[in-house]
Order: sequence, then C-alpha cells, then structure tokens
Amino acid sequence: MATTNPLASPTQWSDFPDANGHFGPYGGRFIAETLMEPIEELRVAYERLRNDPQFIAELDNDLAQYVGRPSPLYHAQRWSAKLGGAQIYLKREDLNHTGAHKINNTMGQGLLARHMGKTRVIGETGAGQHGVATATVAARLGMECVIYMGAEDIKRQSSNVYRMRLLGATVVSVESGSKTLKDALNEAMRDWVTNIDNTFYIIGTVAGPHPYPAMVRDFQAIIGREARTQIFDQAGRLPDALVACVGGGSNAIGLFHPFLDDAEVALYGVEGGGDGIASGHHAAPLCAGTPGVLHGNRTYLIEDSDGQIIETHSISAGLDYPGVGPEHAWLKDIGRAQYVAITDTEALDAFHSLTRVEGIIPALESSHALAYAMKLAPTMNKDQIIIINLSGRGDKDIHTVAAHEGITV
Amino acid sequence: MSRIAARFTALAKAGRKALIPFVTAGDPNPEVTVPLMHAMVAAGADIIELGVPFSDPMADGPVIQAACERALKHHVSLRKVLEMVKQFRAQDNDTPVILMGYLNPVEVMGYATFAQAAQSAGVDGVLSVDLPPEEAHDFLDELKKVAIDPIFLLSPSTSDERVRKIAAVASGFLYYVSFKGVTGANRLDVGAVAAKLGSIRKLTQLPLGVGFGIRDAQSAADVSAVADAVVVGSALVNRIAELADQPEKIAATVSTVLTEMRRAMDAQPAQAVQR
Repeated sequence: MATTNPLASPTQWSDFPDANGHFGPYGGRFIAETLMEPIEELRVAYERLRNDPQFIAELDNDLAQYVGRPSPLYHAQRWSAKLGGAQIYLKREDLNHTGAHKINNTMGQGLLARHMGKTRVIGETGAGQHGVATATVAARLGMECVIYMGAEDIKRQSSNVYRMRLLGATVVSVESGSKTLKDALNEAMRDWVTNIDNTFYIIGTVAGPHPYPAMVRDFQAIIGREARTQIFDQAGRLPDALVACVGGGSNAIGLFHPFLDDAEVALYGVEGGGDGIASGHHAAPLCAGTPGVLHGNRTYLIEDSDGQIIETHSISAGLDYPGVGPEHAWLKDIGRAQYVAITDTEALDAFHSLTRVEGIIPALESSHALAYAMKLAPTMNKDQIIIINLSGRGDKDIHTVAAHEGITV
Repeated sequence: MSRIAARFTALAKAGRKALIPFVTAGDPNPEVTVPLMHAMVAAGADIIELGVPFSDPMADGPVIQAACERALKHHVSLRKVLEMVKQFRAQDNDTPVILMGYLNPVEVMGYATFAQAAQSAGVDGVLSVDLPPEEAHDFLDELKKVAIDPIFLLSPSTSDERVRKIAAVASGFLYYVSFKGVTGANRLDVGAVAAKLGSIRKLTQLPLGVGFGIRDAQSAADVSAVADAVVVGSALVNRIAELADQPEKIAATVSTVLTEMRRAMDAQPAQAVQR
C-alpha cells in the first residue's frame, strides 16, 4: 500500500473519465466561457499535484493526524444477527474530524488551493456538512472562506451555520430560486466567476465541470481503498455487496471506486425517496429522472418536460439535490451499479434500529443506505458480506428526527 | 447571407454600430414580449436578443435571475418562446432575433427538433451560455443544417488560442463579455475592453459585440466607439422589473432608454477599426 501512489486508482476504470471529462455521454464541461481557462488551469494543477510525492505525503499526513484516518471498518454483529442474513460491516466515516466523509475532499482541495496560490476559498452547502468541512480546512490553512447556503437551509440547520461562523467563515444566505442547495451552487458559481483570480471553489460532491467529478472521487476513494484492505484483514475476502447513499454521490463513489473492477462485488447506490417515487416528492434522479445539463455537467436530473429543474424533497438535507455525479449516471447506464430509493419513513426506521442495536447514531443520509441494507441482508446467506458506508454521524439530525416525531428537544 | 450577417454588412456601410437589446421572454408576463420587441425595433434596435427563461441561470446576476423567475411563473417554456418569435416575424421579417439561454431546455427538446422549430419560427442565432465549443459538436451540426448562426462568448480570460478555436465555429458575430463576473454588475472598463478587442480583431473577421455592464447612453456610446455592437440587458430588465405591476408602461419606458442609447451611439465619432 505505502509504496503506491494512493491517488492513483488500481483499476482500469480509473481511465475514466476521458481527457475531456466524459463518462460515456455524461460529465464534460458545460460552463460559461469566463470559467474555461481557469478550470483548465485547475485541471493542469491537479494533474501535476496528484502525482507529486510531496503533495501526497502532505495530504496523507493531514488525513492521518488531523482527520483521524484510517476510519475503522466495524463488524456490526448484533445488527447483522437481528437482520438475519449477511454480515454487515460499517465503514465508519462518521468518526472523521467534523463527523462525515466530506473532510477527505475539503482537505485535498484546500491543499490544492494553497499550492495554486489562492487565498480565498468558497463552497456551497445544503445541510451544512460540506460547509463545516470547508470552513474547518480554511481555518486550518489560514484562508478566507465564504459559504453559500440557501435561506431555507439556514433556517433548518442553524447549529451548522453557527459552527461555520465560529470557524471564521462568512455564511451568505441565498434568497434566489428554491433557496436550497442548487441555488447555493448557482450563487457560488457566480462568486467564482467574479473573483476567479484569487478564489478556489471547493465543490462538495462528485459533480460540476471536469475535473471536479474525477478529482473529488480521487480524494474520496481513500474510503474504498481502506475498506478493501480492512475487509481482507478481517474476513479474508472481498465483500459481496457495497451499499452507500447518493445525493451528489461522493461518499458512494469513494467506496465503490476501488471495487469497480471486482465484478463479483455488487454495488448499490441509495437515493432519497422522500414521500415515495410515485408521490413526485423525492430526490432520486437516477431512479426517476432524465438526462440533462446542469451545474457544468451532463447527468440525470429531476426536471420537467420543458427542461426546468424541479424542487426536490428528502428528509435528509444532504440528499436534497436534483442532480447526481456523472460517474453514477454512467455506472447506472452500463449496469455496473444499481440505484434504488428509500423513503423518509424507511430511513427513520433504520436510524432508530442502528442506534438502539449498535449504539451508533447515524446521519439521516447514511440511514438511507442502512435502510436498503435492511432489505438486502435478509435475502443473503450468513456467510456473505455487505459493507455499508456510514458516511456521517447523526448528531446534526436529532432535531429533525425529534420534530418528525412531535418531540421538542 | 444570414439576417445577422446582412444586418452587420448594412450597418458597416452606413458607418453605424449595432444596438442589441436583451429582454427575457415572458417577463413579466407572456403578453408583453412581442409588442415590446416591435417597440424596441422602432426605438433603434438592430438585433433582438431574447432570453429563454431557465430555473438555474448560473451565469446571470440577480436582475436576470429574477426576470427568469417572473417568466417561469407563467410557465414560459422554450416552445412558447419560439411561438413568440413566430408572432414577431409575422410583422417583422428583417430584424434578426437571437435566442440566449442555457443548454438544458434545448437538450431536453432535442437538438434536431429545436433547430427545425427555431428555423421555422424565424430565429437567426442561438447563444447557449453554458455550451462551450468543446461540447457543441452535435449541436453545431444541427444548427448548420438549418443555417442558424451559433453565437459564442469570449471573455477577458479567453486566450488567443481559444479565440481562434471559437471563431472557427462561430458565425454572425462574437459576443465579448466585458469583465469577469455575472450580468448586471457595474465593472465596465472601456479601455480594457478596447485593448482586448484589438487583439481579438487580429484573430477573426467576425463582428464583435460587447455586453455586460452597459447601463446608460454614455456607456453605450463609449463601447460603440470600439465595438461593432453594443448589447444591453440588465439595464432594460431593471426597468421591466420596476414596472412588473404596470406592464402597459414597459414598452414606452424601454423605448426611451434605447432611443437615448441610439442617439448617443450615432453621435459618437466612429473610431477607425483596425482590421
């Protein structure tokens, strides 16, 4: 492990995207002309640094000493026995500094920004997890930080807003459109195009114009590389299935990518099914959307027949986004991964189940992956293995869960 | 020759510069747009740029975003915009019309379907803000089949190499974005624009329009001294926003602004353009 370049994936699938950032028909660079030269500059800088031993050593050191990696792979024996089928292993990204997988990416992009001589970082956030992870890295690196957040989300996630401000970030309330994550992304893009000379845009997921989907995936693929080593150490073999939630899809692609060429490992991405696909109130573009172009890439979108983007719904703010990373769109089309939806109610049931049986409070995002595993595990044998990406911890969600159950905390 | 090329040729002969107003189709309601287009022509517009409303206009500032939201409240789709152009063409067969917007509504309609519908409606040019030439191959093929001009943006950060690449696939004119930023911001620096246009002119024969930051007669005149066309958008859309509750006053107010710009541009002594 230590002798190989950790940012270079071991699989032939790492050849994707192509030189223009395409995953089949998806991905690419659908952006205004003003951004074209700066984003090419970013691609060139990233290509250089991802192979630079000094940069890799710097990032590895921060991931170990600051983020707390490697995160454990935990065999949830009581929960496995309760479900009565496959053995469940949880990849504990919730134990990272700031409580989610997001910091794997912000640490990488933050260091990249510093190497490129940028003094200011910006980001968009929905639930606030990526915003907190960005503000954290900005504080750690001594950079100015501005976070764009929809006015609706600011109301729903006031404690994360306060965390970002404590960390020294300016949180800008976005009042346009649906006042949620997609509008925050629009506003961050506007800031970026205006302040491009000194500003680095830290995108929080595997979406956006090339090279973001590939770059964010590379930074998150440490999840899957560790899990691969850990499952061989603990069980002596590959898992039968991987399960992860998909909003933009960064934690899922981070887990999946180092296993893509292991055809015997089934991959399940779990989208926010909201009130159910049939209700129309959901956040599941891969299950119920159509291809289109938004936020710099071609991918599956939740859109109407005129090509206007529709507001999404999920109990989990981190899944509440109308698009999805282009690599997921491609993995769906070629059949390498399967994408399913879990409703708000099913996710809440899984949230309670894991909390009571294993003493781990999962994020509502991750609870979607857990809920699908609750369906999948009983259909499998006791000697089979499922790895679930426990992408974040649930402390941030206790008010949402309590409110849903009519309890004031 | 396309309507756009013909218009630039005629203007050049007359020693005048093109005035290109931008309004969002269906803002603040669908009934306003076609009469407004005619009024703008009467007030001195040479080409009309019609914005296609989109839910997520990333490259635009708050003024045009709000215009999109007003139009979308009336469900002004790409198909409805094409109907408006068709209606406009019933009375005006000369003034070029350019659709400006984002790719997704076109992507969802289908490139071929869109191209044919746009041609039959009387559209002359299409500018898709988020479609750089690198991704435009299939779209350009369809536009070529129906002889619609693909209009592309150039920006202060566009290198000479990219100017060549873009000019090779563009026709009609090139639209130079005067500063790094979004529409409606106030950061116009005419000296910097003139310098960049000078270097672009060494790389292409296409007419050069300039947009972003042109707010009044003075800035329109200043830009017209160095460009072939002046595009004015947010300054007009701001007036429309103020009159959203009195739509009957919109055409006259917008016309007044354009008339002043036209007069100032025509009074501007033309500078010798270095070709």
